[in-house]
Amino acid sequence: MNLRRYADHPFWQAVGIVVAAYAVIVYVVPLLPGSALVPKSVVLQYMATVLVGVLIYVSDNEERWASFREPIHAALVEPRLRLVRAGLLVAVPALVGLVAYGQVRTTVAAPPNLRSIHPAPPAEITFRGKSITLTGLDNPLRQHPESTPAYTAEGKRIYYQNCLPCHGDHLDGQGHYAAGFNPIPANFQDNGTIAQLTESFVFWRVAKGGPGLPREGTPWNSAMPRWEDFLTEREIWSVILFLYDQTGWTPRTWERSQGGAR
Amino acid sequence: MPEALLLLQAAADTSHAYGEFPLIGARAAVWIAAEVHLMFAAFVLGVPMFAVVTEAIGIFGGDERYDRLSKEFTRLLLVAYSATAIWGTILVFFLATLYPKFFAYLLAVFAPSTWVYAGLFFVESFTLYLYYYGWDRWKKGRAKVGHWTLGILLNVWGTIVMFIANSWLTYMMTPPRDITPSTDPTTIKLWHAIANATWMPINVHRLIANVVFGGAIVGAYASYRFLAARTEDERAHYDWMGYVGNFIAMSALIVLPFAGYWLGREIYQYDQSMGITMMGGFMSWLWVIQAFLIAVLFLTGNYYLWIGMGRIPGAERFRPYTKWLLVILVLGAIVWGTPHTMIADSKELAAMGGSHHPFLGALGVMSAKNTAVNLMILTTFLSFLLYRRANTRPVVPWARTGTLIQGAMFAIAAGIVLFYGIRGYFVEAIVRIGFSVYQVLAVLACILCVTVIDLLMARGAQSLGAIRWGKMPPRSQYALFILAVTFTWLMGLMGFARSGIRQYWHVWQVMQDTSAYAATPALGYAAKMISLCVLIFLSLVAFVFWLGGLAEKSTFVAAAPGVSPGTRGAQHVGH
Repeated sequence: MNLRRYADHPFWQAVGIVVAAYAVIVYVVPLLPGSALVPKSVVLQYMATVLVGVLIYVSDNEERWASFREPIHAALVEPRLRLVRAGLLVAVPALVGLVAYGQVRTTVAAPPNLRSIHPAPPAEITFRGKSITLTGLDNPLRQHPESTPAYTAEGKRIYYQNCLPCHGDHLDGQGHYAAGFNPIPANFQDNGTIAQLTESFVFWRVAKGGPGLPREGTPWNSAMPRWEDFLTEREIWSVILFLYDQTGWTPRTWERSQGGAR
Repeated sequence: MPEALLLLQAAADTSHAYGEFPLIGARAAVWIAAEVHLMFAAFVLGVPMFAVVTEAIGIFGGDERYDRLSKEFTRLLLVAYSATAIWGTILVFFLATLYPKFFAYLLAVFAPSTWVYAGLFFVESFTLYLYYYGWDRWKKGRAKVGHWTLGILLNVWGTIVMFIANSWLTYMMTPPRDITPSTDPTTIKLWHAIANATWMPINVHRLIANVVFGGAIVGAYASYRFLAARTEDERAHYDWMGYVGNFIAMSALIVLPFAGYWLGREIYQYDQSMGITMMGGFMSWLWVIQAFLIAVLFLTGNYYLWIGMGRIPGAERFRPYTKWLLVILVLGAIVWGTPHTMIADSKELAAMGGSHHPFLGALGVMSAKNTAVNLMILTTFLSFLLYRRANTRPVVPWARTGTLIQGAMFAIAAGIVLFYGIRGYFVEAIVRIGFSVYQVLAVLACILCVTVIDLLMARGAQSLGAIRWGKMPPRSQYALFILAVTFTWLMGLMGFARSGIRQYWHVWQVMQDTSAYAATPALGYAAKMISLCVLIFLSLVAFVFWLGGLAEKSTFVAAAPGVSPGTRGAQHVGH
């Protein structure tokens, strides 16, 4: 009976929703198949949204708002709740103190990184002295479908000779050296990397590597070498063929307007 | 070689190209002047739109309250016009003294348009004076329609003025392709420079945004007057005014994302690298903030309506549904605000296998976000519908069928939105982008058809009692404040995203910024600057509101001698 009364009371409903939301975000989401822990920044964002929703719920009509405030009011003024009041007076500042301590305490971990991972590509690059227009460019090796398997095989060989130590056997960014990098190497199996990009973008990234990243958004954290110093243009295009073939992603295509390729 | 030309340009700029401003520096000075000028400009363009529409409702609907409302706002405009002109002048002086070379370049291209601009500003001001001071003289019959025409003219002049200013700033972003660093600016044809790639999208986007802004400012003014009101009548009047302001702001807000989408698309079409910097690169965090703030707008707008149901007889029957609408809005806000690339420390990054969350990352892409925002728009529209219907009972014989059809339309629209949202995960990007158009069309079609049915169904409807205007708790009024502050903030933030993607160019790939302030500001610094501008603007607006009340009070004192001014319970005139 008593439980039922609590369940129907807006104040305890609000407390219940906030606690349940926190439990789902922090404990249930990581348990889902293929999931992982939710970063603290996202937990904060989600909880802020839930809290706003809960406050709207308890205050969008007069009766609910009045009964929501009842227990708060009672805890603050009623003599019979002196102990609760004293407990709150200790617990609330202690909680605030704890959060503040958590924010300022020294740790060995590197601070969170606000990293933008889609650097804007230039419209044109110079590859070993040759000018290449990236806008509207598709993988030239795809123009010869009959030779694609051969090029893909060549790409595979080049990948295993050069890219494997960092990007890994499964192309998931978990190569032998991966743990030494922060951030870890790009995971090509992820739907947010090559699956979102045109092949010309990937060509630019492979050819120019970390040193070729654009000026805006610096400092970049990338240990990727400039592969134009080691691979030919055709070799890079074959590796790209292999990446898409192996992961099963299709490269992003260009929008064709009446005026031609964009 | 363009690179060599740019180097020469930078070398030539070592003297006389830039001035210095004490303490805050040249860029911050121009930033504040431009931003506050723009906010006031939006005020003086948005509020007349509001005024002319409400005056028309007053004339053609025969409800005099709307006419009074319109006049009250035109009074605020007089002061706001001066503020706009003052900040505009400050901006011009700052540009001429701090960025003389760049300013000379712009003038070389656009000189004739600046003369037209100045002329139109003059005409616009005098139309406003006629509009306001002629209000009581041209009150009836044909003269009143003539007066309303003045209001329309005021909007026409204002819109042309905005279009001209838009051409200057869009030229800086997307100059026509044939213009290069070596092009002599005096040889550029004026129309060629004006009709650049983003000119019309910005015109449309700003036009709609000004309606939203006008409505929000009206709402904030009404809430200020509501909270300061001393009589029931006054409270009732400002409660009603707040409702009208919120209604106009939210209605226009619903179509604003589509105009923004067009603008974004044009930016991508013009220069892919600029588009990626804006949405996927270092400006992308602003879009997460924008998503969060727009979610605040939706939540606050709906909250205001739901509290408002408390003063409508008959609304009780819809109350149980509002919590489910809230659930959709909160879930929508969560999805919409989920970043694709998450802020995480090294431990979290390792656990996620990169900066994309393996599960929640699916909510960070456009398919999920478009679905969320379209469902939020549908939900907000449903809130309005329930609010509108609260105190009426339809009497047409097909009322039940009509409601069922409306329900089916909502279900179909939501189904289409969900279908394309989920399908978007299984097709390539180029196809996925096209899906957002179907989602938008489904939502717009639903809004249109449901509204038409509702209007037909409301004919001769039985009333369940009049709305008890003024019976609103004060917290509802703070919701209106939040709306106005959030809109203003969003204007500043997203304006920075649009303008900041030019990076170290005054005119994209034509004229380089070689000043000490060429580097694009960091997001934290930008957010502080924008918040400062919002604070300056809102403080000045608060002053304008206060002036509005001051003028009214003095009329009151003259009209009712014997009652000491400021006495509690004193009657204000006019309402």
